[in-house]
Amino acid sequence: MSPDSISQTAPEGVLVTTTSASTQSNPVVPDPRTPQPVPDPVGTVPPTPSAPRPRRLPTPIRPSAFGAQDVAVLVGAAVSSLCLVWIVFYQLTSLSGGLGFLICWYLAFLGLTWFGTAQVIERQVATDRVVATIVVSAAMLVVGIIVFIVAWVTYKAVPSIHWGPLFTKDQKYFQVADPNALNTVGILHAIIGTFEQVALAVLIGVPFAVATAIYLNEVRGFGSRTVRTVVTAMSGTPSVVAGVFIYSMLILTHVLSYSGFAASLALVVILLPSVTRVVEEVLRVVPSGLREASQALGAPEWRTVWSVVLPTARSGVVTAVLLGIARIVGETAPLLFTAFGSQLINWNAFSSDQGALPLVIWSDVRQAQPVLIDLAFQAAFVLMVLVLILFVLARLFSRPKGKGGKRKANQSEDDFMARIFIPIPIEERES
Amino acid sequence: MAIDLDLPTRQPDPDRQSAVPTPITITRDYSTPDKVFRRGVQASGLGVFLLLVAIGSFLAWSGWPAFKVAGWGFFTHSGPVQIGSKADFGVLASLTGTVEVAFVAMLVGSPVAICTALFLSEYAPLGTRRSLIAMIDLAAAIPSIIFGLWAFFELQPNVVGLSTWMGNHLAFIPFFKVTSPPLNASIFIAGLVVGIMIVPIVASICREVFSLAPPGEREAALALGASRWQMIRTVVLPFGRGGMIGAIMLGLGRALEETIAVSIILGGSYKVTTQILQHGGSTISQLIATNFNQSGGALGLHDLLLCGFVLFLLTLVINLAASAIVNRSRSGAGVDL
Repeated sequence: MSPDSISQTAPEGVLVTTTSASTQSNPVVPDPRTPQPVPDPVGTVPPTPSAPRPRRLPTPIRPSAFGAQDVAVLVGAAVSSLCLVWIVFYQLTSLSGGLGFLICWYLAFLGLTWFGTAQVIERQVATDRVVATIVVSAAMLVVGIIVFIVAWVTYKAVPSIHWGPLFTKDQKYFQVADPNALNTVGILHAIIGTFEQVALAVLIGVPFAVATAIYLNEVRGFGSRTVRTVVTAMSGTPSVVAGVFIYSMLILTHVLSYSGFAASLALVVILLPSVTRVVEEVLRVVPSGLREASQALGAPEWRTVWSVVLPTARSGVVTAVLLGIARIVGETAPLLFTAFGSQLINWNAFSSDQGALPLVIWSDVRQAQPVLIDLAFQAAFVLMVLVLILFVLARLFSRPKGKGGKRKANQSEDDFMARIFIPIPIEERES
Repeated sequence: MAIDLDLPTRQPDPDRQSAVPTPITITRDYSTPDKVFRRGVQASGLGVFLLLVAIGSFLAWSGWPAFKVAGWGFFTHSGPVQIGSKADFGVLASLTGTVEVAFVAMLVGSPVAICTALFLSEYAPLGTRRSLIAMIDLAAAIPSIIFGLWAFFELQPNVVGLSTWMGNHLAFIPFFKVTSPPLNASIFIAGLVVGIMIVPIVASICREVFSLAPPGEREAALALGASRWQMIRTVVLPFGRGGMIGAIMLGLGRALEETIAVSIILGGSYKVTTQILQHGGSTISQLIATNFNQSGGALGLHDLLLCGFVLFLLTLVINLAASAIVNRSRSGAGVDL
């Protein structure tokens, strides 16, 4: 068989050293199984002929590779589904409603994208693409809604805010007929109420929660499993039930009247389990070597917790408390039965009805007065900014310190450990 | 694999046995400050336990007068509070409304939440992942009254069109039948809001569970030529199934208790309704929150407190079951590695 016939019969892509140049310059066809470098003066022959491959593989398709063709498929699917749904929706069946149209468009878009990709590329790739589209669009929807809510409250509140009166007046002098009513009303009473109620709740709830977390994680002992289950169960307590509980226990029995203090007790019921759970998680990640080191130095248990465990977990505990505050500052339902709401400034949280930011929103938004609805939106804006600030603070505290700080902390820890565990040479240990 | 060495066993010597010292039981003698510390911490643990018991018992105690009047008919009637002893009041309408709102919320919220969690754990570019997670966590902290405001002023006007459309064209499904417009203040809209509100909670738990899927099996699936979705379907979702169910149940607990957003949307009624698209319907927490100020009737507020007790029991059971499932899936049970 001549080299030419080999090159003709060999399937495409098989590398047999049979280029015309090589046959002319080198009449001896080398055995392809024992490749040897053939000195080639022309330079057109591949220097090292590799072993023959049976056939050329198709170029691999990567689902992540996204080219112009894929964009074209997506755009085509979007446009054609829009047209299709428009024809079906408005021309053939005369349906109506913007949201319904959007939903149908989205579904048709998904179907057409799958069909198009399956035609152009392959079915598995099509499924992968469509799932990715669903996942990404769902996440974008959620993020979009969150951003939209924040922006919407700001947009509704900020243009009508009169900053001065808002933070210095209550609703005592509200006149329905007054066109400039926003100059005479404010939410100072609600800010005072919310501040006092949350502060009291934190003062009562946080030590309680931290002590419970220490019990669950440090002291343990009999019953801690039960208490952990109870904490979990309590963290799902409906907020309205917390309010109703304080009402039935303290107000119905005339122990307390409606007051800010009763409200803060109801808030404690909500704050306690959430803070306990987070603090317990934080205490769990404190390295046990630190505890053992402290105990080996002869520190009593309370001293270990107070001087070693809690300082190590400080930032986590602060985060837990801030998140707990962010949770209770916007609670409305427990306050309905306890603080009861008031239009006037009441500095004394222990005496009588007190306002709160969520209560202002709740009661004013149901009034027919545009001024009061404006005020409700302004209160909602203030509340939202408060929650945002608390959340950002919590993030700052929970983030591990900057590079220098962290290294320093680790270094001191290492030094501490090195000072305690003086390594004993192996020979000594064995003898 | 026991190695039989056949060593001579030492016989206990009866004479020498008395010479062996009795083993010392090691005890830890707590100092007085430590005793105080332990007692104090244990007391707070006990306090939490007693608090839960107190919630249940005080609600049961203060709901008892209402239960005495209504009897078990409390669960089969749905009338308003009656003056006098002849009572046909009950919680049935609110109970069905609560279940319907929660059902709509789960139907809308949980697929979106699972997709969001998948996006956060699998699809999102690494650079943006942290800030997106922070944003979802922030959404969980937005007060429910703000969601309620948004739903009342922005969502509701837009959804009414969708409700009309569904009522016109999907009326063969019994729940979507519309007999008496208007279509605002409906259980469907309330369920939509609650569905949006539970997304951050469910998504953050699901994301945590998904991110625990073993990297070895992920890489094995990818190395065998699986696409990303095939990898998720065969590794991530089966691994996270328990956690997903638990997260959805925790979301359900939250959906059952949601008060303020639902109260802003729903007007409240004492009629059992299955037509979720049209005006009407109530939930237990909405009933308590809106009727609290009108404390008329011979029963005072005892009927509302009894409703509160029912809601408390309902959410207690669901949350306990959910946390049990989440905990089991977190500890990695049922996963062979």
